[in-house]
Amino acid sequence: MIGLVLKRLAGALPNVIGVVIVTFLLTRALPGDPAAYFAGPSATTEAIQQIRASLGLDKSLAQQFALYLRDLAKGDLGNSLSTGQPVLTEIRQRLPASLELTLCGLVLALSVAVPLGILAATRPGSWIDHLCRLLATAGVSLPTFFTGLLLAYVFYFLLGVAPSPLGRIDVAFSPPPAVTGLYLVDSLLARDAALFRATAGQLALPAATLGLFVMAPLMRMTRASMLGVLSSEFIRTARASGLPRMKVLYAYAFRNALLPVVTTLGMVFSFLLGSNVLVEKVFAWPGIGSYVIEALVASDYAPVQGFVLTMALLYVALNLAIDVLYGFIDPRVGIEG
Amino acid sequence: MNAATLRHVRYVATQNPVTLAAFLMFSVLVLLALAGPWIAPYDPLASDTANALNPPSVRNWFGTDALGRDILSRIMVAARLDFGIAVSAVAVSFAIGATLGSLAGFFGGWADRIIARIADTIMAFPLFVLAMGIVAALGNTVANIVLATAIINLPFYIRVSRAEVNVRRNAGYVEAARLAGNSDLRVLALHVFPNVLPPMMVQISLNMGWAILNAAGLSFIGLGVRPPQAEWGIMVAEGATYIISGEWWVALFPGAVLMLAVFTFNLLGDGLRDVMDPRMRT
Amino acid sequence: MSLLEVRDLSLEFRTRSGTVRALEHINLEVVKGETVGIVGESGSGKSVLCFAVLRILDAAARITSGSIAFAGMDVLRASESSLQQVRGREISMIFQNPRTALNPIRRVGRQIEDVLATHSATLREQLKPKAIEALAKVRIPDPDRRYLAYPFELSGGQCQRVMIALALACDPQLLIADEPTTGLDVTTQAAIMQLVSDLARERGMATILITHDLALASEYCDRIVVMHAGHVVETAPTAALFRAPAHPYTARLIASTPAPGQSIATLASVPGNLPDLRRADLPSCRFQERCERALPECVTDGLPTTIADSGHLVRCFNPL
Repeated sequence: MIGLVLKRLAGALPNVIGVVIVTFLLTRALPGDPAAYFAGPSATTEAIQQIRASLGLDKSLAQQFALYLRDLAKGDLGNSLSTGQPVLTEIRQRLPASLELTLCGLVLALSVAVPLGILAATRPGSWIDHLCRLLATAGVSLPTFFTGLLLAYVFYFLLGVAPSPLGRIDVAFSPPPAVTGLYLVDSLLARDAALFRATAGQLALPAATLGLFVMAPLMRMTRASMLGVLSSEFIRTARASGLPRMKVLYAYAFRNALLPVVTTLGMVFSFLLGSNVLVEKVFAWPGIGSYVIEALVASDYAPVQGFVLTMALLYVALNLAIDVLYGFIDPRVGIEG
Repeated sequence: MNAATLRHVRYVATQNPVTLAAFLMFSVLVLLALAGPWIAPYDPLASDTANALNPPSVRNWFGTDALGRDILSRIMVAARLDFGIAVSAVAVSFAIGATLGSLAGFFGGWADRIIARIADTIMAFPLFVLAMGIVAALGNTVANIVLATAIINLPFYIRVSRAEVNVRRNAGYVEAARLAGNSDLRVLALHVFPNVLPPMMVQISLNMGWAILNAAGLSFIGLGVRPPQAEWGIMVAEGATYIISGEWWVALFPGAVLMLAVFTFNLLGDGLRDVMDPRMRT
Repeated sequence: MSLLEVRDLSLEFRTRSGTVRALEHINLEVVKGETVGIVGESGSGKSVLCFAVLRILDAAARITSGSIAFAGMDVLRASESSLQQVRGREISMIFQNPRTALNPIRRVGRQIEDVLATHSATLREQLKPKAIEALAKVRIPDPDRRYLAYPFELSGGQCQRVMIALALACDPQLLIADEPTTGLDVTTQAAIMQLVSDLARERGMATILITHDLALASEYCDRIVVMHAGHVVETAPTAALFRAPAHPYTARLIASTPAPGQSIATLASVPGNLPDLRRADLPSCRFQERCERALPECVTDGLPTTIADSGHLVRCFNPL
């Protein structure tokens, strides 16, 4: 098992290298004067010169890359022009908010898509089956930002059921003492039920928006995979052995059907991390998504670079985790390398 | 398109009313894209602050926005821009991606390895994030949106064409063409590739929907399209601030049309798949 | 006393391209302890018949007439829960392609334990030793280690032994073996068949052996049932069937089975193909179109049942 993890780590390495190189090229390949970009629209000539020197832009590309790597190793992602703070610090502060949102979106999507997919597969041709297929096609057509607005309009403005879609926590409350940075977890740890409910309320609409988009591929894959497994020969053996229906469905069918679904998670995370930005804008969520949007508006370039790098590395790590998880579920993986 | 194909298309169309509806919607969209500026009732750029934020009425079917511009007209004109972005991005992506993928699938070896590495590197990023990075780096223009969308769709076309070419690489007619003296490249271009095209059509249609969503998403966060240009994504962004105060029409209509367009392409892709799928033929 | 009695069973499948009349007026009887072989071409309905006995048919299947009685129980009327008690415990089935017939991501020991836990009152601590014991009984070497193996780690023959262990774990009265050796090499075939035969004798267990291999059936079966295109055409004790086959189809089958020393050039074959069972205009005897002894009544009149000898039945208007 350790061998498998190490092998996967080695496999992820080229991707990390690729990410670092691409982000380097993106920032140094800017048309015009990259130093001017980093210095900002209102910089003086001396400031631009300073930036040029510190970025090493007067040196060769190879030397620049070396400098870039050295800065990365030190955790130096530059400073934000608007706030003057180091980018890394700000990203670290805001990351938990985005992570909490993404995780909740994923959990929501899984808890709806997987049971529905299983139901649709066990009752082919029923209304559930047709509903699933419709939702699957419609789901991937929904623009995330539009869904978010619609949900906010219906549930906040029209029905008044949801709290004001502005931010992570209502003004009446103050955030829980930070342990993980995830308000839901922290409020539970602090045993503050009211705070937990308030946080969950704020999370509901944004998480639902995120989840809706990825529900479609997950449901489609679960249904297809389950259908395939249910007609396979080992299920017939299980039935012929008189195993109870629940055992056949869960321990035999579902576990096997899970495999392609786990593989789908890779694509799902790509959507989630990307759509995160859009959802954060709609709901004024204080994560790294809105951070980068503010930076874009202000032509503040260092945070954008930091954002792309962070999201990409996070994505590589998530894909690695998925690969390892798959290896745990499927014992055949080791032999096929 | 011989008689048998036409008959089959008619068969699929009657069996599948949804696909027919999608095709009609598609035609409407194409019409709008081509003729938008001329059939729009008002000038999409003409602001009339006295009539700002009017709800849908007989005068303005979809209402007016914060600057008093007619939303329906803006939506019609935006069709051209969004459609144009999607078509250009998919065309570029297809051209480059299919070429690279075919080369990789046909020749294998180090060509395959390098091209696969390029595709993997692009896929190592969450795609929308990469698009953001590209547009931010290269400049806030429509051309760069097209470029960014094309780049993030490359791995998709590389993979599909590589797989399709790989399957056909050792087919009988390929051997025959080789034996007849054609160079490898000629065989690839004239014999293998035309057979790869039909399955790729399905993917292209599905990809168009995704490309529109991508472009709209980028515009929503302020990348690419600048006001006062009319584009569905940026219109939703402009309307976002008003939706919570009750002026729903500013964001809803552009968003709904956007959704319909993407839905159309997805349904069309599914329908095309049914036409191509030999199992549906009687 | 018969253990299994199938009377006048007819079964059809509703498909998109028509209704397939898969079985028609099937009669089958299995007595306690005997080994019955069901032989016929692929598509003759042998497996479908046994799926019907266990009622593990596809959803598209419809039983249109007849009855199935097992140890006095009316299988077709029984509830699903009472059938679950029977499957794996009173009647067991083993399949072709043992590696795909086992759960690929579950250790074989656990799969045996699942059956034990469902059907016997075995205590939790006893499950593992009993599973290992089951593996030992099917002569798998090193059963303690094999208990932890996954199907992909075992050879075809070993997988088939595991399946047999699964099937026999709760000492059923009837074992249905659906082409158990078709995917295996010849030496393994012999070993597996010998194993099944020995175990059946030890336990006094009845066996139904489904095969297209007449030579195999002749070696291991007490009685043979010949099926063609969803009909039972002949039933006889093994020796009698080979000595004096009564149905033209049986004679052809025997003639087309290679014998040692016989050259391939002299091998006969059964002409034609199985008829399309979706046709509405099928003749009463479905072998009629391929038969050189066909008479006009073979097309129109319902098939007779002629008794050629004691225990030897044939359904033909013009038997040999």
